[in-house]
Amino acid sequence: MAGGDDLKLLGAWPSPFVVRVKLALSFKGLSFENVEEDLGNKSELLVSSNPVQKKVPVLLHNGKPICESMVIVQYIDEAFAGTGPSLLSSDPHERAVARFWAAYVDDKLVTSWVQSFRGKTEEDKSEGTKQMFAALQTLEGALRECSKGEGYFGGESVGLVDVSLGGLLSWLNATEEMSGTKIFDPVKTPLLAAWAERLRELDGAKLAFPDKDRMVEFIQKRQAQAAAAAAAAASEK
Amino acid sequence: MLSCSPTSTHHPHSTSSQHSHPQTQTDRHPSNAPTMASEKSSSDLTLLDFWVSPFGQRVRIALAEKSLPYEYVEEDLLAGKSERLLQSNPVHKKIPVLLHGGKPVNESLIIVQYLDEAFPDTPSLLPSDPYARAQARFWADYVDKKVYDCGSRLWKLKGEPQAQARAEMLEILKTLETELGDKEFFGGEHGFGFVDAAFAPFTPWFMSYEKYGEFKVAEVAPKIAAWAERVGKRESVAKSLYSPDKVYDFIGVLKKMYGIE
Repeated sequence: MAGGDDLKLLGAWPSPFVVRVKLALSFKGLSFENVEEDLGNKSELLVSSNPVQKKVPVLLHNGKPICESMVIVQYIDEAFAGTGPSLLSSDPHERAVARFWAAYVDDKLVTSWVQSFRGKTEEDKSEGTKQMFAALQTLEGALRECSKGEGYFGGESVGLVDVSLGGLLSWLNATEEMSGTKIFDPVKTPLLAAWAERLRELDGAKLAFPDKDRMVEFIQKRQAQAAAAAAAAASEK
Repeated sequence: MLSCSPTSTHHPHSTSSQHSHPQTQTDRHPSNAPTMASEKSSSDLTLLDFWVSPFGQRVRIALAEKSLPYEYVEEDLLAGKSERLLQSNPVHKKIPVLLHGGKPVNESLIIVQYLDEAFPDTPSLLPSDPYARAQARFWADYVDKKVYDCGSRLWKLKGEPQAQARAEMLEILKTLETELGDKEFFGGEHGFGFVDAAFAPFTPWFMSYEKYGEFKVAEVAPKIAAWAERVGKRESVAKSLYSPDKVYDFIGVLKKMYGIE
């Protein structure tokens, strides 16, 4: 780590958006102070660093805050351009394609998967699931194109899209475990399934990813809370 | 952006995608109508666009700021999507699409960054300092996520949901007001920049938001109102945007299409 570079990450261990930042920092070989926020009781530092959204992750670099996971990831790549691998190609068109797919993960995959979890009706939820698998099919094609025969969206080494999608892996794996349905299905999306295995083995991923069992426990607790809240609301009517 | 379902049966399907938009040119600065539409440009740039799209306009503004010649191609979205559009953006099937040497770049803010990087000898919209770039990306992303969606709810909905949209819009404007502060442009020291280009196309929509939301931008966010006027006089912006009246009329057309009163 360059002298005088103080990196502090305000995060919450289950958040896929926080994991993205941890992945980027780890892939670049950057050390940082990890500050665990209690999202039910947000710290003064978090609220003052991200007054607009009041959300994690927030990266503080020598005290200056950067917010929004993919903005942070690109910042890390640019501010530490000399350190570790580049997360983006130097070719403008390849950079545009990577940014496109990184954004796609948020627009389509995250949105549909959240709907599959939090949809108000069973119909809503199953529509979310359907769209999630459609998005994964599209990402399978994207991986084929972007990897050019190598192992990652970034080609030979990890890039922006690997970080964007990689952040979600723990949630998706936990969901697989709980539902019994493969999300990264080696039959439907073989490249993605292999990619997920490959990414998990990287040192950077091992540092960034939450423990799977802990993740399952967390999601189960969340679902129980949501169910209880729904039941309480129903009984009040 | 405007993924309007083609319901009109009166317009022929757009196979030849190169035509200017007759009834809308009257209030544009005459010397800046898309006359470049007929020249194959030396920069080999083609923009698939839709006249009133704020997302397309961001790209037009960036191209103008960089004095880059390009072929403007109007996609008549209300009639249907051309083969070329569907092939260039198969994932989202939306405009704007920039074709550079035939290779497509999609998503307006990604296109603007691409133009900065592919044409490094032209004035850049993003600043060079990584921290300033991160701030610019954050705010452009904020505009992207919030303004069009909230604005649409303002004119689409009624009653409580509309009131909610109104409250949100006021919040958005106040937040942007705080960010702008006393700067001439959102780009600050850099001058007219990424966030200015991202937000400027929404300024003609203010009048419609004001009518539907029953508020005045000048009262809620006076600095934003002043910025809108300043930015509207800038050449690249002036020649890319349509009048508030045209936007208001267009919203009327959309409402009819969606069967909203």
